[in-house]
Amino acid sequence: MPRPMTITEKILAAHAGMDEVEPGQLINCRLDLVLANDVTAPIAIREFRRIGVDHVWDTEKIALVPDHYTPNKDIKSAEQAKMMREFAREQNISHYYEIGCMGVEHALLPEQGVVGAGDVIIGADSHTCTYGALGAFATGVGSTDAAAGMATGEVWFKVPASLKFIVQGELGPWVSAKDIILHIIGMIGVDGALYQAMEFCGSTIDALDMDGRMTICNMAIEAGGKSGIIAVDDTTRAYMEGRTERPWTEYFSDTDAEYAAVYEIDATGIKPTVAFPHLPSNTRAAEDSRDVWVDQVVIGSCTNGRLRDLRIAASILKGRKVHPNVRLIVIPATQQIYRDAMHEGLFDVFLDAGAAVSTPTCGPCLGGHMGILAAGERAVATTNRNFVGRMGDPTSEVYLSSPAVAAATAIAGHIALPEDLD
Amino acid sequence: MLFQGTAHRYGRDIDTDVIIPARYLNTSVPEELAKHCMEDLDADFVSKLQFGDILVAEENFGCGSSREHAPISIKAAGVSVIIAKSFARIFYRNAINTGLPIMEAPEAVDGITDGDEVTVDADAGVIVNKTTGKTYTAQPFPPFVKDIIEKGGLIESVKAKVRR
Repeated sequence: MPRPMTITEKILAAHAGMDEVEPGQLINCRLDLVLANDVTAPIAIREFRRIGVDHVWDTEKIALVPDHYTPNKDIKSAEQAKMMREFAREQNISHYYEIGCMGVEHALLPEQGVVGAGDVIIGADSHTCTYGALGAFATGVGSTDAAAGMATGEVWFKVPASLKFIVQGELGPWVSAKDIILHIIGMIGVDGALYQAMEFCGSTIDALDMDGRMTICNMAIEAGGKSGIIAVDDTTRAYMEGRTERPWTEYFSDTDAEYAAVYEIDATGIKPTVAFPHLPSNTRAAEDSRDVWVDQVVIGSCTNGRLRDLRIAASILKGRKVHPNVRLIVIPATQQIYRDAMHEGLFDVFLDAGAAVSTPTCGPCLGGHMGILAAGERAVATTNRNFVGRMGDPTSEVYLSSPAVAAATAIAGHIALPEDLD
Repeated sequence: MLFQGTAHRYGRDIDTDVIIPARYLNTSVPEELAKHCMEDLDADFVSKLQFGDILVAEENFGCGSSREHAPISIKAAGVSVIIAKSFARIFYRNAINTGLPIMEAPEAVDGITDGDEVTVDADAGVIVNKTTGKTYTAQPFPPFVKDIIEKGGLIESVKAKVRR
C-alpha cells in the first residue's frame, strides 16, 4: 500500500511514474500541456532554439495565447506577437488562438476543453494555477521552464506540501468566490502558502459554480502557492462533459493524507472584501472602505472576467448610470463570453450605464494597455494584483474587489456595496 | 563561484512588477530590461549599482508574475548574487534556470545594512559581511538543483538530456 496521499501528491506520482511521492521529494513529471503567452513565449522560443531540437515534443499539447498586449498595442508588442505566431505556424501548434478566437488564457483554455481533471500543466504565466479548479495540478513557471517543457514534455518539481482550506456555510448577500479568496489571502499573507499546494473543500466550495472555483484557484499564487486545487464533483463533470478534449482522470485526497496545516473557515462570517494597495493581503471589509473615491473601475481579467461575473455586474448596473467622475471598463475574458453576454443583453445594460466594453485582453490588469492609470489615480478592479504601478503610473493605486463591489463602486464613485445604491 | 560587492538592501515582498514594470515587457532584450530594473521601487537603483554588487532583501523576493524578464533584468543590470530570507517559488526557479545566483540566508540578511561590503562563496554557502566582520552560512541547494546550476542553467542541462 502506498502512503496516504493528497490529491496533489497522487497526480504528481502518476505523472512521475511512481506509486507514491512525499513533500520535498524532487521528481521528473510527464506534462499534459505547456502554455505561454505573447509576453513569455518570445523568451521561451529563444531558449527552445538553444536546446537544439527541431520540433516540439507534441503539437497537440502546447497552447500559445496572444492575450497580454493584444490586439497589438504598439510596434514592439506586434513584433512579439508575430514571433509567437510564426513559431506556432512553423511547429504546427494546434492550440494557437489568433485575435478573433483569442481570450484571456486562463478563461479560454478551460472553456475550450484544453485542460481537464488529473492533468499536469505548466504555463509561463503565474495564474496558470487557475486550472486546479478542474481537479488538475497546474502551476506557473518562467519562459525557460516552458521552453524545456515544449522540447521534452517533462519538467522537474519539488513535491509541495499541501494546505487544506475547509470552507463551510452559506455566503451572505453579495459575497462571492472573490471575497473568499481575498479573505484567505488576508488571513495567511502573500507568502502564507509559499512553495505549497492549496486544497480547497467544504460545503461553500461545493456550492460554487466553475466560474467561482476558477476565481479561487486563480489567486492561489497571490498567497505564494505553487498551485490551488478543488477535487472533481458533479459540477466539474457537468462542465467537462462534451467539452474536455482528452479523457480525464479523477483523483481524491485520502482521508488520512498529511497536510502542513488545515484551516477551517466559517463562510457566513466573510464580508464583501477589498484589498487595498499595495498587496493582495491588505484586505478590509468593503463597508469600511466607503471613503475611497475612484477614477476608474475595471471588470474583467482571468480572475473575474467570466459570464457569471458579468451577469452580477449587469444586475447592479441595470437602470443606473456610471458616476460622472468614473470610467468603467468591462472586458469579457473570451470571445464566447463576449458573445453570450451580448446575446443575454448585458452589453445594452453596460452601454446604457455608460461603460466601455472591450474585446478580450489582459490589458489594464498588468498595466499593459486599454485603461492605464495616470499619476495619483485610483481604480477598483476585479483583477488579481495591486502592486505598486501594476495598472500604470507608480503613484496610482489599485483596490481589488468582486464584480459586485466593482459595479456598485462605478455607480457611487467611491467604494460601495450594492445595497448602498438607490 | 565567488562574489564581492556593495549590498543594496530592500524589504519584504519585492514583486516582479516593481523589479521590471509591465510597461517595459514589450521587449525581452536584456540590455533594455536592465535600464528599468527596480525602477518603481528605487528610481536610482540602476545608476548607483556597480557591476558585481549584491542585492539583499527580506522574505518572498520576486513574488507575483512569472515574468523571466525579472531575473534577466537584475542579471543584465550587473547584480552578481541575490541574498534573501526567502524567494517566491517561480522567481526561485527562474533564477536557477537563467543562471542568476541566489541564496536563502535569513541571518545574513538581518546582519547586512545597505552599503555594507559583502563577499559570497556560493559553493561553500558562506557569506561574509566585510563591514562588520561577521560570517553567515546559507542553506545549500539540493544536489539536483546544484547540477542545473553547474551545467550553466536549465537549457544546458536539457541539451545534455536530449543528446542522450
